[in-house]
Amino acid sequence: MNNLLPRLPFADWIDDGVDWLVDTFGTVFDGISAFLKGTVEGAVTLMDLVPSILLAVIFAVIAYFLSTRGIALFTLIGLLFIDYLGYWYPMLQMLALVLTSVAIALLIGIPLGIWGSQQATVKKIINPILDLMQTMPAFVYLLPAIFFFNIGVVPGVVASVIFSMPPTIRLTMLGIEQVPKDLIEATEAFGSKTSQRLLKVQIPLAKSTIMAGVNQSIMLSLSMVVIASMVGAPGLGEEVYRSVTQLKTGKGFETGLSIVIVAIILDRITQHAGNRKNKKVAK
Amino acid sequence: MSDQEMTKKIEVQGTTKIFGKNTKRAAQLLNEGKSKKEILQATGATVGVKNASFDVYDGEIFVIMGLSGSGKSTLVRMLNRLIDPTMGKILIDGKDIVEMNKEQLREVRRKKIGMVFQNFALFPHKTIQENTEYGLEIQGIAKETRLEKAKESLRLVGLAGYEEQYPNQLSGGMQQRVGLARALANDPDVLLMDEAFSALDPLIRKDMQDELLQLHHDMGKTIIFITHDLDEALRIGDRIALMKDGDIVQIGTPEEILMSPSNEYVERFVEDVDLSKVLTAWHIMKKADTVQVDRGARVALRLMKKLSISSIYVVDKGNRLLGAVTAQDALTATEEGKLLEDVLIRDITKVSQDTVLTDLFDTVSTASVPVAVVDEREHLQGIIIRGALIGALAGNGQFINNDPVATGVNEVTDHE
Ligand SMILES: Nc1ncnc2c1ncn2[C@@H]1O[C@H](COP(=O)(O)OP(=O)(O)OP(=O)(O)O)[C@@H](O)[C@H]1O
Ligand SMILES: [Mg+2]
Repeated sequence: MNNLLPRLPFADWIDDGVDWLVDTFGTVFDGISAFLKGTVEGAVTLMDLVPSILLAVIFAVIAYFLSTRGIALFTLIGLLFIDYLGYWYPMLQMLALVLTSVAIALLIGIPLGIWGSQQATVKKIINPILDLMQTMPAFVYLLPAIFFFNIGVVPGVVASVIFSMPPTIRLTMLGIEQVPKDLIEATEAFGSKTSQRLLKVQIPLAKSTIMAGVNQSIMLSLSMVVIASMVGAPGLGEEVYRSVTQLKTGKGFETGLSIVIVAIILDRITQHAGNRKNKKVAK
Repeated sequence: MSDQEMTKKIEVQGTTKIFGKNTKRAAQLLNEGKSKKEILQATGATVGVKNASFDVYDGEIFVIMGLSGSGKSTLVRMLNRLIDPTMGKILIDGKDIVEMNKEQLREVRRKKIGMVFQNFALFPHKTIQENTEYGLEIQGIAKETRLEKAKESLRLVGLAGYEEQYPNQLSGGMQQRVGLARALANDPDVLLMDEAFSALDPLIRKDMQDELLQLHHDMGKTIIFITHDLDEALRIGDRIALMKDGDIVQIGTPEEILMSPSNEYVERFVEDVDLSKVLTAWHIMKKADTVQVDRGARVALRLMKKLSISSIYVVDKGNRLLGAVTAQDALTATEEGKLLEDVLIRDITKVSQDTVLTDLFDTVSTASVPVAVVDEREHLQGIIIRGALIGALAGNGQFINNDPVATGVNEVTDHE
């Protein structure tokens, strides 16, 4: 049965395509690579300049302003606990990787989401791509990432950007589309330009939904850190990976717990920031 | 509004809206006279509005009425092109907005047409002040100016002091006042109101109608008001357009619609209207028999005898109502040589001709002489007798005047 149809060499085609891209856009990829590496490592160096206890306090203060006192307290204790366990530096490395990839994911994802919400055709193109991005096993992203960006933190960032972007795009589109039709009519009836309608009405009203997307993107990005460490991205993920391969259960547990603490902090802060801004809107 | 100063504000000419695909084919079928249902079955396209043509005059309240799905919202949204017409023209101040580009259209929406929505459509994330300023804000008007204008229009609708609240802190009636204030802040010539009061409960609704009429009286805007409620239409409309399945079936003043429905549909629509809220003193008054005061008691007595009535209204030379005199008093006056003026009953009940029947019940049932209908200068217009009031309420057409000539005063003189 298999022999009746010639086997199409998909894998070869993709390999050829990647080779061609690397050959043609090599310098572009090198540029991107340098930029990403610089950003992540710069962030780590910067954060490491500050004594760990002081930095934990600073994060707690930020948490306090963005959310509640309880979350601020949890942030302080959680971070000091990670420091106590001795994973401060890997934690900073992981944080830099996560925040960089999320920032890039938002920078691309939110405008794409807004665009998709305005143009039916754009949405029709974006949606199946998002489906693909979300169902594809995360490992697969690592392969082209390595080809284009070599080994180290950069392919980790790239894979993590791709993996974490879909919820932001989807929820941005959803949030904007959920703005009631009569509000849109009202903005139109008063003679708003498209930009005015978006900036003054639709995006502010979509804010909590968009923030839910941001929150999910952060969580997905965190879930990528262990996978990213397989291509050489440093940080807590790397520690977990090493513990697993070396069968060090205790250390694996400690590092895993540290990731969970960071995850809870980021999750609670973003969840809160999203809801707080729209307190008045709740009806 | 007198006839000579009626300028056309909006002219709708052969405007049609067909929703869905296949609009070309649907338009063709429409021209062949097929019904909305047939077209839906044949093409899958929905006819929203079918070849509508009418004018709206400057300063009038034009009501569009009809059952759900009859195309009211579609029609009104074509007037500011929230919905693009499939065919036809819409002229505002003589300019066809269908032909306008985005820029020109935006200008018309910003300056000329305001809109008020059924479910208020206030921006929940903005304060009342910010909501009211919205139309000015997007025009890039300076902060102080727009603050002032928004404050002023909030004051107009009776919401001064609520500037810093959010919409969900206000009741429905108040929210709709904000909707109105937001539309008024731009000072548009035309207000479009799509079922603006339908979401409010009946008492608030009546208040809002009164306030709208007051505002209209003060500001003289052209208002297109949509409703599916006939009572509301009759109360506020200068003219009413009645729609059915996308067709405009009749356009006329409230009285024309009520008294001479153009077809069965309109008739069915108006049959259970509460007449007591629609008919006025004008509709049921009768010619009054009067006598001029200087003719004296003797003449008055003769007239009463001749007409077999027990009292008669007395007017001055300018037909101003002075009072009434009974036959008994007139007789006494003749015997004692008194003047007619000396025996006049001066505290008679007077009403104006646009008093609705609901407000007439008490007056008419307690008055001993027929109630007098007078204009603002005390000129006698007619009288109301109890039988006519009851007859009219029972829907007996014989008691209802359609023709202004039939009413008025019958100045009786004695030629013998
Ligand atoms: N966007 C749309 N797409 C397709 N059909 C529509 C659309 N909008 C309205 N219609 C159809 O057009 C017709 C007229 O609708 P419209 O909303 O104008 O009625 P209406 O008189 O305002 O009714 P209601 O009193 O319920 O508000 C209806 O048959 C409706 O189904
Ligand atoms: Mg409607």
